Amino acid sequence: MEHLELFLKSIFIDNMVFATFLGMCSYLAVSKKVSTAVGLGAAVIFVLAITVPLNWLLDQYLLQPGALSWLGEEYATYDLSFLSFIMFIATIATMVQLVEIVVEKFSPSLYNSLGIFLPLIAVNCAILGGSLFMQSREIPTLGLATTYGIGSGIGWFLAILAIAAIREKIRYSNVPPALRGLGITFIITGLMAIGFMSFGGMLTGGDEEAAKETKSAQVDELNDTEKELANNTKVIE
Amino acid sequence: MGLKSTLHNLKEKYKGTKMAPAFNALHTFLYLPNETTHNGTHIKVADDLKRTMNTVIMAMVPCLIFGMFNAGYQHYAAFGTPVEFLSWDAFYIGLIKILPLVIVSYGVGLAIEFLFAVIKKHEVEEGYLVTGMLVPLIVPVDTPLWMLAVAVAFGVVIGKEVFGGTGMNILNPALTIRAFLFFAYPTWMSGDKVWVHGAVERAQKIADGAELDAISGETILGGLAQGKDLGYSVADMFYGFIPGSVGETSTLLILLGGLFLIFTKIGSWRIMLSSVLGALAMGLIFNGVVDAGWITESSKFYGLMSTMWWHHLLIGGFAFGTVFMATDPVTASQTNKGKWYYGFLIGFISILIRVFNPAYPEGVMLAILLMNVFAPTIDHYVVQGNVKRRMKRLKVKTA
Repeated sequence: MEHLELFLKSIFIDNMVFATFLGMCSYLAVSKKVSTAVGLGAAVIFVLAITVPLNWLLDQYLLQPGALSWLGEEYATYDLSFLSFIMFIATIATMVQLVEIVVEKFSPSLYNSLGIFLPLIAVNCAILGGSLFMQSREIPTLGLATTYGIGSGIGWFLAILAIAAIREKIRYSNVPPALRGLGITFIITGLMAIGFMSFGGMLTGGDEEAAKETKSAQVDELNDTEKELANNTKVIE
Repeated sequence: MGLKSTLHNLKEKYKGTKMAPAFNALHTFLYLPNETTHNGTHIKVADDLKRTMNTVIMAMVPCLIFGMFNAGYQHYAAFGTPVEFLSWDAFYIGLIKILPLVIVSYGVGLAIEFLFAVIKKHEVEEGYLVTGMLVPLIVPVDTPLWMLAVAVAFGVVIGKEVFGGTGMNILNPALTIRAFLFFAYPTWMSGDKVWVHGAVERAQKIADGAELDAISGETILGGLAQGKDLGYSVADMFYGFIPGSVGETSTLLILLGGLFLIFTKIGSWRIMLSSVLGALAMGLIFNGVVDAGWITESSKFYGLMSTMWWHHLLIGGFAFGTVFMATDPVTASQTNKGKWYYGFLIGFISILIRVFNPAYPEGVMLAILLMNVFAPTIDHYVVQGNVKRRMKRLKVKTA
């Protein structure tokens, strides 16, 4: 259930493109045709699914405050989180290269269909964003981190698929000359984000409130018991 | 004949100048011009754009008139002095509240259309005629007119004109306008006060210290989302004697309008049927969840989940959205197979949002917008599928 919730949430609610506007450069550049957009989208899913769990391991056992305690008592106070940017980037870049080599060796057809997109992804901010969100949202387990990576990838894939189809469709539209190309694409992205707002607040919206309520109820109870204690002590005195 | 000949003279006078499209448009809107073209190939058909748009408007007029009666009826019912539904008192309130909405919507929208036609030097297109009628039908009665004007300007310019005008937009302009209002001025678009004329003013007066009874005119959906039962009968919901946006309440009249659109072959029966099926499927799933006991009565979703599966069709704006907005031929799926997927997902997602999203009690608007975004994708794959199948057939033949 936890996995399903995180999965749907990362696809629709925290969509990389429409909620955080990440990965815009390749989203805008490679969305002229559906077939290439599908290739890039698949590559993003692939890379996110690998780098997010890897970076989770790094974060958990190397970077977090106290993560080094497995080395010994004296390392427990070390906090290397200032290194996370450079470590994450390095992991992503090397992973992308490795994946490229492996794919080229074992599946040339997939390698050819992904083409230039695989190396391009190393500098896609959606990928780094995925790892950083994983860190800042404190995703608790490796399995959830993988789910989160795949979910964000699919969200990005859906976004680029939809915009590519729309751009193929509006090729026949009489767009004002000043807006042709990127201008109208930005406007469409904004309008698409309105459509995706339909999911905002789903799953989380109410639950958080409910959690707060129960918390405040507990606090009230605590207060009551304290009062009772105080009364009792008074009586004893 | 006075106006017609004056218009004709004006047209002749401004022929070839910048203002010509504006006068041409006025002339064609009001009268049937008796000019014919002289060259090129001709297709002689009766259902041009103007005829299409007028048919849709005719299908909506009953909803508008019913909405006027209902606005007054709900107003007096909420204020504790109920009147007959078909009375002049009820109609009068509706008239003075809703006619300005219609006028502002048409005035602002058409002004922008004319402006763009003059700047871009093309004839004014009739596309806005339907949008201008839809907009007043999908907003609450008490929407301030300036808000409506701002939203209409946004919707027509960003939603339609930047794409090149009628027939080229990707999102339904009327829904873009509604979504703009919803996200920009949420306090005027949802809640329990906006649906009945006068309730907002009354609430303010009470806040200022006046001793009056508070008024609640919640929609059924708003009530159910809070776990209340508002106690309207199925007949009330079907005939439309319930609070809601102006034109969305009467399922009966919307159904008649829908049949009219299907009969004239302007609305797609595939989209209407499949979205009803989608909504029913989702309703049945939720009912199943409740019956299986997976959800307790204390859950905040219980009220909407346990609603009878077919009641979802009668409450809220589902019927109106399905019949008049999902079927918009420009933004819907173009392929017949795609229309089934498109409609089914609209129904499915509207009920999903309705039940699961506490922030938005009405899901149909956002569901249609979302599917507008994905309609080109659906079409693309349907077309690709057809191409693949035919290639296979070709290979079999040649082999």
